[in-house]
Amino acid sequence: MKKILAILTMSVALVTASMVSAGDYPERPIGVAVSYGAGGATDFQARIVTMVAGNKDMLGQPIYIINKPGAGGRVGWNWFASEAEKDGYTMSAYNVPHFIAQSIKGGVKYTADSFEPIANWGADPAVVVVGKDSKFNTMQELVAWAKANPGKLTLSGAGLFVGHHIAALQIEKAAGVKMVYIPTKGGGAAAMKAVIAGDVLAGVNNLSDAFRAQKAGSVKILGVADLERNKKFLPDVPTLKEAGLDVDNASVNFRGLMVPKGTPKAIIDKLSAQVPVMFAHKRVAKRMKAGGSPMKIMNRKEVQAMWAKRKTTLTELLKGL
Amino acid sequence: MEFLSYFGNVFEPVSFMLLLGGTIGGLILGATPGLSPTMAVALLIPFTFHLAPHQGLILLGAAYTSTIAGGAVSAILLNIPGAPANIATALDGHEMAKRGEGAKALHLSFMSSAVGGVIGVLLLIFLTPVLAKWALAFGPSHLFWIAILGVTVIGTLDSKSFVKGLLSGCIGLWLSMIGYDDIQGVQRFIFADALTGGINIIAALIGLFAIPQVLEMLSKGRALADIDVITVRQQSLTASFREMISNMKALSIGTITGSIIGIIPGVGGQIAGLVAYDQTKKFSSNSHKFGTGHPEGVIAAESANNAMVGPSLIPLLTLSIPGSPTAAVLLGGLLIHGIFPGPDLFQNHAAVAWTFIDSMLIGQFLMVIFGIYIANLAAKIAQVPRSILAAGVFILAVFGAYSVQQSMGDVHVMIALGVGMFFLEKFGFSAAPLVLGLILGPIAESNFLQGNLIAGAQDGPAIYFLTGTLNLVLISLVILSVLFAFWSTKKANAALAKSEQGGSA
Repeated sequence: MKKILAILTMSVALVTASMVSAGDYPERPIGVAVSYGAGGATDFQARIVTMVAGNKDMLGQPIYIINKPGAGGRVGWNWFASEAEKDGYTMSAYNVPHFIAQSIKGGVKYTADSFEPIANWGADPAVVVVGKDSKFNTMQELVAWAKANPGKLTLSGAGLFVGHHIAALQIEKAAGVKMVYIPTKGGGAAAMKAVIAGDVLAGVNNLSDAFRAQKAGSVKILGVADLERNKKFLPDVPTLKEAGLDVDNASVNFRGLMVPKGTPKAIIDKLSAQVPVMFAHKRVAKRMKAGGSPMKIMNRKEVQAMWAKRKTTLTELLKGL
Repeated sequence: MEFLSYFGNVFEPVSFMLLLGGTIGGLILGATPGLSPTMAVALLIPFTFHLAPHQGLILLGAAYTSTIAGGAVSAILLNIPGAPANIATALDGHEMAKRGEGAKALHLSFMSSAVGGVIGVLLLIFLTPVLAKWALAFGPSHLFWIAILGVTVIGTLDSKSFVKGLLSGCIGLWLSMIGYDDIQGVQRFIFADALTGGINIIAALIGLFAIPQVLEMLSKGRALADIDVITVRQQSLTASFREMISNMKALSIGTITGSIIGIIPGVGGQIAGLVAYDQTKKFSSNSHKFGTGHPEGVIAAESANNAMVGPSLIPLLTLSIPGSPTAAVLLGGLLIHGIFPGPDLFQNHAAVAWTFIDSMLIGQFLMVIFGIYIANLAAKIAQVPRSILAAGVFILAVFGAYSVQQSMGDVHVMIALGVGMFFLEKFGFSAAPLVLGLILGPIAESNFLQGNLIAGAQDGPAIYFLTGTLNLVLISLVILSVLFAFWSTKKANAALAKSEQGGSA
């Protein structure tokens, strides 16, 4: 009896799944789950990049944001992997390397294979910042001091296993020094406050926030943890590679949209064709630029490749921890 | 005096309509349990996309101030504090409402909100450069001691017994440890999925305050004889105003405490009301009346939580550091218009910045007018039959807990905590110290852990936590607060013994 029931439910599920064709999708507004609180950078950017979704030539239906914050994003992504409907009406914002690093460390219900990427909208590299009165003026000086004083260089960042932490680990590994990484509870803003107030000697933070803090005259930016310099916002700040540290872009905070695995292919195809166009809308670009948020639009294929590469790098990096 | 020249912008037709709409909408949102000021402001951000920068900010600023004041409505009438800021308001306000003095409590709360709010904004206008430095002075060790100072309040807050107060506080501290710890990266007490992110403070507030009360009302049943008819007394405005003025001490302690605590990033908004309430109680000649529906309690709590609003924006506007979750959302509202807060904000975007600040000043007055209008209508809630009110409050509680982050898990947590609290109250424990433990736990813990990490890289924890002027000042305040608690209990016991002797003789 149980078996028959199971077969019945499965076939019903299959029939309904196959009935979903992309032809009339979307018929109602689409939700995007954000794993961070309202007002955070991910939330703020997600609201901007989805604001034109309702236009006739975009998705034709508006997108609304659902905040599911907690435990550094784990709460939201756990929910998304285990409970979200696979009908294309629930998407989620992803943050790489955060969710990949968390799934490598374990204790969560998802891996990179639980989700299907749709498209990427932004890339916010990690930068190394020091207070405006700091004795360090270059990355080399900072590393030299850290080498002379092992275990004395305090470095603030937004939390454990987020981009900032990854960058700190990479710097430690590349320079062969021991530093003290101090995670904060209040996210990037609290980590930045610790640098400005001199609670810590240095910090890793988002390029966008550091750029603003530098303009306000409260910090110096010593290096960018990316493959090339950021020409738009910080043309004069060298990459960590230029500063002699073998650090790649594994810590860059990529943000984009994804759906749960098992979402009908027709819907994934439609979304991955439409969403990058929506991200490229000129009103979106204008708002993002005004907010100092660097954009990087990538299509589904490119994101899949990026996820796979991150997974390899991070597994390697986090092995010893 | 530059700010005076931008008042005209506030009275442009569109701007003024937004201010009016933001204030009224904010009062209503604030009165809805579960919709915290942070949420209200976040919900409004998309609307500001289509407005000029100063208009958008007027809308957000109006919503910020009036949701905090609006939270007093549900705190007083239903005993559901809409946000941590309104916990202290509920302690005396709800007792007043139960006596039929809801209108008076609401009048007092809106008027003292406005007084506190105006003074807070004036501080923002005149003392920003001085106070900005002050905001940066608090590092992890200082925030740890501030949290401990808060812990010393726990025993004396709204509890008949010092020991039971402390025990409630400990339960709160334990509850605050549940969830994923972001600093050490460990999972603690997660025996249900809903607890991964820890206990949500808003859901906990609603559960701890509202549910025991619902159960209490239901346990009395529907028998007509058990329903005491409350006459809702009309309250004239002048009488309320005179009452507020006659409680000058509570008003000034509330305003000053609120403004000082508001500046400290990461702590301010949540505890301003409670600390002001406790300070006022300590300095009051009627300290035994607190918790029984004493107007001073409402005045202190409400003047403090609105006085906090202005100063809490100082780190944001001058250093681009959002000191509270709501300030973080406001930062988003600024950035979206390409306005980067910083020391040159008042030069580069003078019109926007000053118009925003001016509108917050005028918003305070609008808030009183509409708040009082709402008060006279809303106070009649006390006349609703118990069984119906219980059902209504329960629906609001479920709705509120769910709406925080669209999660049924929070609703379950809310109900579980509420039922637990119902039984604890039977044994003389109370919700306020428990909630304070829940709020202070993470502040004390994370700052202690961070301080320890930093101290390890410097000269060790003893020097990091125990030396330096600010540390020493805070430590002495902690000691004074503990001594004062002992002294006042002793005095109260002596007085009690004396009156009992007098009675029997």
